[in-house]
Amino acid sequence: MVKVTIDGVEIEVEEGTTILNAARQVGGDIVPPAMCYYSKLEGSGGKCRTCLVEVAAGSEKDPRPMPKLVASCSTQVQHGMIVKNASSERVKTGRAGVTEFLLANHPLDCPICDQAGECHLQDLGFEHGKEATRYREERRTFDPIDIGDKIKLHMNRCILCYRCVYTANQITDQRVHGVMHRGSHAEISTYIEKAIDNDFSGNVIDVCPVGALTDKTFRFKSRVWFLKPMDAHRDCPTCSGKAVVWMFGNEIYRVTARKDKYGEIETIDGKTAWICNTCRFETKEVDKWNVEGPRLINRHSVISQNHYTLQNPLNNNTKNIQ
Amino acid sequence: MGRKLLLEHIDVPGIETFEVYRQKGGYRSVEKALKSMSPDEVVEEVKKSGLRGRGGAGFPTGMKWSFLAKPEGVPRYLLCNADESEPGTFKDRYLMQYLPHLLIEGMIVSSFALGTNLSYIYIRGEYLFVLEILEKAIAEAYANGFLGKNILGTGYDLDLRVSPGGGAYICGEETALIESLEGKRGNPRIKPPFPAVKGLWGCPTVVNNVESLATVVPIINMGADEYVKIGTEQSRGTKLISACGNLERPGVYEIDLGLSVEEFIYGDDWCRGIKNGKQLKALVPGGSSVPILPTHLITKTANGDTRFMSYESLSDGGFASGSMLGSGGFIAFDEDQCIVRNTWNFTRFYAHESCGQCSPCREGTAWMEKVLWRIENGEGTMEDIALLEDINKKIEGNTICPLGDAAAWPVASAIRHFREEFEWHIKHPQEAMSRNYGLLKGATV
Repeated sequence: MVKVTIDGVEIEVEEGTTILNAARQVGGDIVPPAMCYYSKLEGSGGKCRTCLVEVAAGSEKDPRPMPKLVASCSTQVQHGMIVKNASSERVKTGRAGVTEFLLANHPLDCPICDQAGECHLQDLGFEHGKEATRYREERRTFDPIDIGDKIKLHMNRCILCYRCVYTANQITDQRVHGVMHRGSHAEISTYIEKAIDNDFSGNVIDVCPVGALTDKTFRFKSRVWFLKPMDAHRDCPTCSGKAVVWMFGNEIYRVTARKDKYGEIETIDGKTAWICNTCRFETKEVDKWNVEGPRLINRHSVISQNHYTLQNPLNNNTKNIQ
Repeated sequence: MGRKLLLEHIDVPGIETFEVYRQKGGYRSVEKALKSMSPDEVVEEVKKSGLRGRGGAGFPTGMKWSFLAKPEGVPRYLLCNADESEPGTFKDRYLMQYLPHLLIEGMIVSSFALGTNLSYIYIRGEYLFVLEILEKAIAEAYANGFLGKNILGTGYDLDLRVSPGGGAYICGEETALIESLEGKRGNPRIKPPFPAVKGLWGCPTVVNNVESLATVVPIINMGADEYVKIGTEQSRGTKLISACGNLERPGVYEIDLGLSVEEFIYGDDWCRGIKNGKQLKALVPGGSSVPILPTHLITKTANGDTRFMSYESLSDGGFASGSMLGSGGFIAFDEDQCIVRNTWNFTRFYAHESCGQCSPCREGTAWMEKVLWRIENGEGTMEDIALLEDINKKIEGNTICPLGDAAAWPVASAIRHFREEFEWHIKHPQEAMSRNYGLLKGATV
């Protein structure tokens, strides 16, 4: 076990734990936001740079501070390490910069985006963004494309977190989903427009932190905050069958996997509870599900909190209202 | 002309063939190292020589070698980084094109020192003609028993392969190079783990620049004790400088580190001054990513000391009034050149070459490019200068690999030293669009 101090909170964690995961063990305000890291996906993280933290002391042995801000999702803790997240001005500036970069080319189409209300970029912009954009240039645009008949890709909204790429690579059995081109022209693509034809391809929708990948069976049907999420399960030959059905009255509008407060699919019985496409897209009849009861949703999202305040990055009390 | 260690026989006809190269004393260092030295002794010799990586960062090569993890039963790799793509840098191409055997010789000795049995030269896609030259030279080395099984009867086996990239600047970053060599998209890896522990195919790997590996040859031949007599305390030996821009005689030169910048630009043996009798306005001494120096800081440092071509002297004054030796891509600008246009040009390069993996670099470089293009074309505002400085600060140090820093430094230094010129572009939009600032105003001193 190694001892690490994050924003003044001392915690003992197992060796090899990353700073982000150590912070998550404590929870609350000291947890850096993460747009690309996904603990269930091997190799993810390090790309979006929103989880940058300041390391004020490297370790007990070598207490020198690290010169640069480090990505907390991919930096392992050392015994005696002192980390500053919310308490560091450098981190706040750096994170505000990253937020601005992520939003620079992001369309302001939240009013018509299916992800609105459960979008991590909305949360990030709310906490660390500016009131107005300084980006005067024309935004980078792409045409929306279909990935198979059930998934829509809006590349304009993508922040290139690579989560869907790792998912397609690790969950589905063939690699037809990747990134083409480079720099600001980089785009998510199924190679040469080849659709992902796989029982688990729908999970790329769940891992997407923004509205780049959306469920075509739910497109424009309803705002997520009008729906009631219910834990439900069914006997599925393909997957665990444990999902969340999003209901309006007695109708199921959409089905997603069960996600924790960091937006990650939960581990159930020791396994990540990915759900199959049959459950997700084709099982919308209430009688096919055993509805367990209302799901306690984490109101991480700006809109699901139903709590608008003046935008102020320093105002942290808008978080964690359950 | 100065001393030549690397380019000694460059003018000999047929030096690219094994026969001539051997006649001129080539492959002596292989015989010396393999027959009379242990691998550790070679590493020790290179450490003692004070050789610093010639690719740009200037990290001591011997120290890099000693970091290489050596677990039992796991292969190790030596990779030669020939993905030279920094604007203004073409010394490695010159070396490989005319002296392919020198690189091969250096690689054999270095591979022996590191205990690798398979080494690669990763060459940039645009250098396909050099690839052919190298492959021919490697075939000759195999045929003459300097590569393959049981080299010179010493029992040491080494295979050497050349692998071309697809022509991406980012693949010069060592972990992106490894990814590319493995056949993947050339995205830099997140460090740690460093390649010395987990590199190619997950095995310990050393990545060295072409010139660094070639320099191992004279070090072994003359011995580190002789080698350290050349150069300065912190910059030992000779260095290839690829001089370009508005110079009377541009080209690749081998200099003793510690030569004065003034001598190098104006000396008869070297660049012979600025073309067409013009004034020197600015200098980028080490490839496009290093800070640009204004007229008054080129031959003298901020303290008034003479500026020398060495790691320490060029970086004297830090980024406020210094620059870096970098890769040796020496770019001179005469009084007619427009710094704004040049900064835009460099930034365009970095925006184009960013891999797009991490957000500050992907979005930041493209954004800077657009803002600079606006300023250059008379559509900028005064706030744009502050905006550029701010974007800069938010990229620098926050990215996965050094490409972000490389993109940020030239912009930061150009604004620091030539702010007036940026302001002129904004205040005179009509003129800025139609005419060249440099021609209108002359050098800013």
